[in-house]
Amino acid sequence: MIAIFHNYGSLLLQGFGQTLLCSVIALIFSLIIGSMFAIFETTPIKFLRVIARIYIEVFRNIPLLVITMFFFVVIPMFIAKINGFTAGTIGLTIYTSAFIAETVRSGINSVDPGQMEGARANGLSWWQAMRHIVLPQAFRYVIPPLGNQFINLVKNSSVLAFVAGFDLMYQGNVIASDSLNTMSTYICIGILYLIITLPLSYWMRYLEKKLA
Amino acid sequence: MKDFINAYSWINIHYLLQGLWITVAVSVVSILGSYVLGSILGIIRYVNIKIVSPIVGLFIDIIRNLPLLLIIFFTYFGLPNLGFRPSSVWATILAMTVFESTMIAEIVRSGIAAVDPGQMEGARANGLSYGQAMYHIVLPQAMKKMIPALVSQFISLIKDTSLATIIVLPDLMHNAQIVYGQNSTYILPMFLMIAIMYFIVCYALSLLSRSLDRRMS
Repeated sequence: MIAIFHNYGSLLLQGFGQTLLCSVIALIFSLIIGSMFAIFETTPIKFLRVIARIYIEVFRNIPLLVITMFFFVVIPMFIAKINGFTAGTIGLTIYTSAFIAETVRSGINSVDPGQMEGARANGLSWWQAMRHIVLPQAFRYVIPPLGNQFINLVKNSSVLAFVAGFDLMYQGNVIASDSLNTMSTYICIGILYLIITLPLSYWMRYLEKKLA
Repeated sequence: MKDFINAYSWINIHYLLQGLWITVAVSVVSILGSYVLGSILGIIRYVNIKIVSPIVGLFIDIIRNLPLLLIIFFTYFGLPNLGFRPSSVWATILAMTVFESTMIAEIVRSGIAAVDPGQMEGARANGLSYGQAMYHIVLPQAMKKMIPALVSQFISLIKDTSLATIIVLPDLMHNAQIVYGQNSTYILPMFLMIAIMYFIVCYALSLLSRSLDRRMS
């Protein structure tokens, strides 16, 4: 195992960086898109609610791999050539944003409706009340579940291996077939994933306890 | 339009349905296995047996925080190093069961923890043993609280079987790839079709969980 770290250190590091990069990009975009659809779902406008509901239900019930392969295989045929990393990140963003939308929506719903009513009664517009009064309170509730979504995102980023995204899992396969020592290679890869996910998961458990 | 009609010929659809059958069969076996194993692990973690529970807890935390794809690779390509060589179907079932049972263990543990401790105390005060109180009083109540989380875990299990395409499990995703590999005009129709098939299976399950949840509360 130490030999793997020693001989393939640069490949592992590159994959580690790529996994982190893709996860962070996907997290930022899926937070924006997810919050947008969560707000859509709580607006008084029916059309937006329907759109948000369809988006969330569709992308929550289709495998991430199908979405990612769609961007990797279908989009280049009709629109533009994109590389594996981009296709993977787009797929991850869309998939995760549906889950984040659901999480944020339940956060917004758990804020006392009196908050919105009070803000509106004080002369704020719906959007002002949402942005300054409801959302800040909602985000407090949803920090632990959002953290868990981020952990899932890091784990799910391994689909990049399917589309040649040069992430940790992809490099792991390269190293496994080069060193012929599959067992220890996958253990090394596992350790590298755990370096990201394990501290996050303990931190989220701590936050959950603290907020509860 | 002509592409769609050709792509959806009975031979292709039949082939996809065979893939769907493998997906469903592998999922059902893994769901049953991980439900049993996960409940046992979750209860062990909850009841705090000396030495055993911390070890089980560590095992759960480690497996939970690894990508499923890595575990699939490990069972299919890593285990043969130890002399155990499962077929792709059994490797998938093994990997899914181990991974999902740790997820379910967490759900079971937090479900039991969410039951009012007064229930256990009351049952014990009425003369039930710890095991009886757990089995007859606490677990049924915990189960009610766990249903939504359990079902969404099962849905993600069904979706995740598609990852086993990489070890050539002949599931829905894999069969679709074979069909569109023969003719590139089939690519778009095939993606739409498998998306619809996955959606129907998973959405039906989520509707079922919602109605169960409503009936129980």
